[in-house]
This record gives sequence, C-alpha cells and structure tokens, in this order.
Amino acid sequence: MLEFALDARRGSFHLQVECAFASDWTVVFGHSGSGKSTLLRLLAGLDRPLRGHIALDQRPLTETATGLHCAPGRRSTALVAQQPALFPHLTVAANVAYGLRNLDRTARAARVVEMLALVGATDLAARRPQALSGGESQRVALARALAPAPRLLLLDEPLSALDGKASDALLDRLQLWLRENHVQAVMATHDVTDALATSAQVLLLRDGRQDALGPAAQVLATERDRIALRLQTP
Amino acid sequence: MDWQAFALSLRLATATAAILLVLAVPLAALLVLGRGRWLAALEAMTTLPMVLPPTVLGFFLLVLLGPRTAFGRGIATLLGHPLAFSFNGLVVGSVIYSLPFAVQPLVAGFSSVDTALVDAARLLGAGPMRLVSSILVPLARRSLLSAAVLSFLHTIGEFGVVLMLGGDIPGSTRTLSIALYDQVENFDYAAANHTAAILLGMSVLALTLVYSKAQKRGSVRGA
Repeated sequence: MLEFALDARRGSFHLQVECAFASDWTVVFGHSGSGKSTLLRLLAGLDRPLRGHIALDQRPLTETATGLHCAPGRRSTALVAQQPALFPHLTVAANVAYGLRNLDRTARAARVVEMLALVGATDLAARRPQALSGGESQRVALARALAPAPRLLLLDEPLSALDGKASDALLDRLQLWLRENHVQAVMATHDVTDALATSAQVLLLRDGRQDALGPAAQVLATERDRIALRLQTP
Repeated sequence: MDWQAFALSLRLATATAAILLVLAVPLAALLVLGRGRWLAALEAMTTLPMVLPPTVLGFFLLVLLGPRTAFGRGIATLLGHPLAFSFNGLVVGSVIYSLPFAVQPLVAGFSSVDTALVDAARLLGAGPMRLVSSILVPLARRSLLSAAVLSFLHTIGEFGVVLMLGGDIPGSTRTLSIALYDQVENFDYAAANHTAAILLGMSVLALTLVYSKAQKRGSVRGA
C-alpha cells in the first residue's frame, strides 16, 4: 500500500495531491504538464516536497514534519523514465548488475540473466548502450530497475519507443512477474489506451491537482467517449 | 641551462598535480552534487588563489608556516624543520595556488554529465563515493587530464609564491622560473633564452596533448 500527501513546487508549477494506492497496478493519467513526472520523482525520493509524507507498506519514506527523507536507493523503489539513462561506459550486463552490489558474483550473474530474459534482451548482454535502439534501451532500463527487487516500481512512460504489439507483450509479462514477486507498480501515461488497457486503478491528474481516483472505466469514461466519438466521425 | 632547477620544477609540479587530483576530485564532486548556501563560500575559497596576487598568497603562507605562528612552530616541531624555505613548503604553497586550476575543469566536467545518469545511479543505491568513482570520473575522464595538465603547467610557471615562500635555494627551492629570473638579473640572456624556450615548449606540448584528446572525442561524436 502506497500512501502519500504531497505539496510541492517546481518553478511555477504547483503539485498538491493526497491519496493511497492499494492495488498492484495503478495508472497516473494526465496530459503533458499535469504533474505526472513530478509526482513520480517525489515518490522515488529524487525530489523533496515542501510539505507532506510518503509511506510504503506503512514504512515512512518521506516526512517533512520530522525531516525524514530516505535516500533514493534506500526506499525499495525503482523508477524507469522515458529516457532510459543507461550508463554509456558500461555494457548492458554491467548496467543491469549496477544495483546488485550486495549479491555475490554468481548470484549477480544469475540475476542479470533472469532480468534480461524477462524483458527479452538476453542477446544484448555484451553490447554497449550506444549500439542499442530506443526500444532495446528501454527494455534494458526496465531490467536494470527491476534487478535489485524493489517493492515499488514507478514507470514514467517507459515503453514509448516500443511498437504497440511489443509494448503490450512486455507489459503482460511484466505484470505477471510483478504479481508473482509482490511488487506494486505505478505507471504514468498520457495515452488513454494504455490506461484503459489494464483493469487498473487510475489517478487522474489535472494541473497538479487530483481530479479523480477509481477504476479506469469510471475515471476515464469522458476520455474514452471522446475517442469513440472521434473514431465514429467520418 | 640550470638542470638542477629543471629537475626540481618537474618534481614539484608532479607532486602538486598528484596531490591536487586526490583533493580536487572530491571537492569538485561536492561542489556539483552538494546542496546548501555554504557551497558558494566553498567555491569562492577554491577560486580565490586564481585572483589573489601570488605574492600576497606567498606572504600569508610564509607567515603561517614560519616561526611567528603556533601552527608554523607546531609543524616545525613535527617535521624537525620549518616548512618555509623548504621543498615541502613549496609543495604546500603550490597545491593551494594551483587548486582552482584542478577544481575548475573537474567542476565543468562533472556538471556536463547527464543528471538522468546521476539520478539512475542514486536510484540503484549508489552513495556519493560510488557515484563519483563509477559514474562521474569515468564519464569526465578528459576533465581529469585537463586538471592534471593545467595544475602541472601552472606549478611549472609559478614565480611569486615560490619566491616568497621558498626563496632561491639551489637544489631545494630554486625552480626553473626562479632560475630564469636569476639569469636575466645576471644579464645571461643566452641561458635565459634556453630556459624560457624550455618553459614555452613544455606548455605548448602539454596543451596540444589536452586539445588533441578533445579533438579526437569531438570527431568520434561527429561521426
């Protein structure tokens, strides 16, 4: 269970949200500039709010009242952004192994193989990030984020470079793996079809404010009808 | 040509550049990654030797390391000799005087590393030490070379601090630039010509090395 109440500013943008995500897969939906990425960066601990708190499974991660702020690598939280940000001087395998320092060499190698297989990138292990396509880079970034076994996975439009079919197949595999490993996921998207594709809980963000929270079919009814109307119009 | 002064200058510049790399990497990382108002004061302090007249810095160090202060007396007791007018004293002065020439290129290099990479490393559990050693330093290698070369050359060409702090003791504190001054003072223009030519040649060679590395990198990027 992820709970948070946040009041944050980024330049002139003001984000103010308070909610709890109980389901395994939650979609944060909003148009560009609605505050999705800002929210995810706060949840990941990369930025600090002016006021508020974040708790994961009742473990406080950020609490401005007491000055508590767990460092990004100590929150059991992974973030995969649209920009894969792979370390250019390391191979794909070394990128995936970067967060596995606490494992011995054998366990680390096995984990890298497992993660690359999950995202369908086994044959890329020896390559450098410069030799990867956009879609391949995003797969590797996902494998790297999952490798340390986080409790919370934050996805900020992480598969935008993959075509629809490949993206859907990977999402299906990912959701299954997350369920099996009891990892809660929050995915930010501005694509209404992505949001409707899963039977997820949806948080609708508008101009930094929480507009609605509930089942996708209910929260995104207006968006769905708008698309349906557009498809019917000759 | 004063080969003793030449060897001393090389020894001083090598020691200074090596010490500065060890000091400047964490200092530059702190300036780039740190938070807080005190960072501005720290940055000002590291840049100060660049704008301060060398003789002023040399004078302060001479007083600080000499027998007039408790610090200077303490050091003298510890080492068995005062730091002023010794080779080790020159190393201390050179490290302080050349500090900005090592820190500035590293700050520029570390700042140019994509913040998304820094964020990714932090999310994967990298603390400040690992962030510097596994991400910033490898991705800003050229800045490391620039810092080493600039602080080496700056030390080779040092005059004011050396003269104030070390005087002109052959084999101990007489560097090549002091030797050049002596040669001119003695109207030995032929020797001064040789010394000046060597100083000029070393600077041109080292800077060409730095910029040729930069050009190679640029051509790879452009390909």
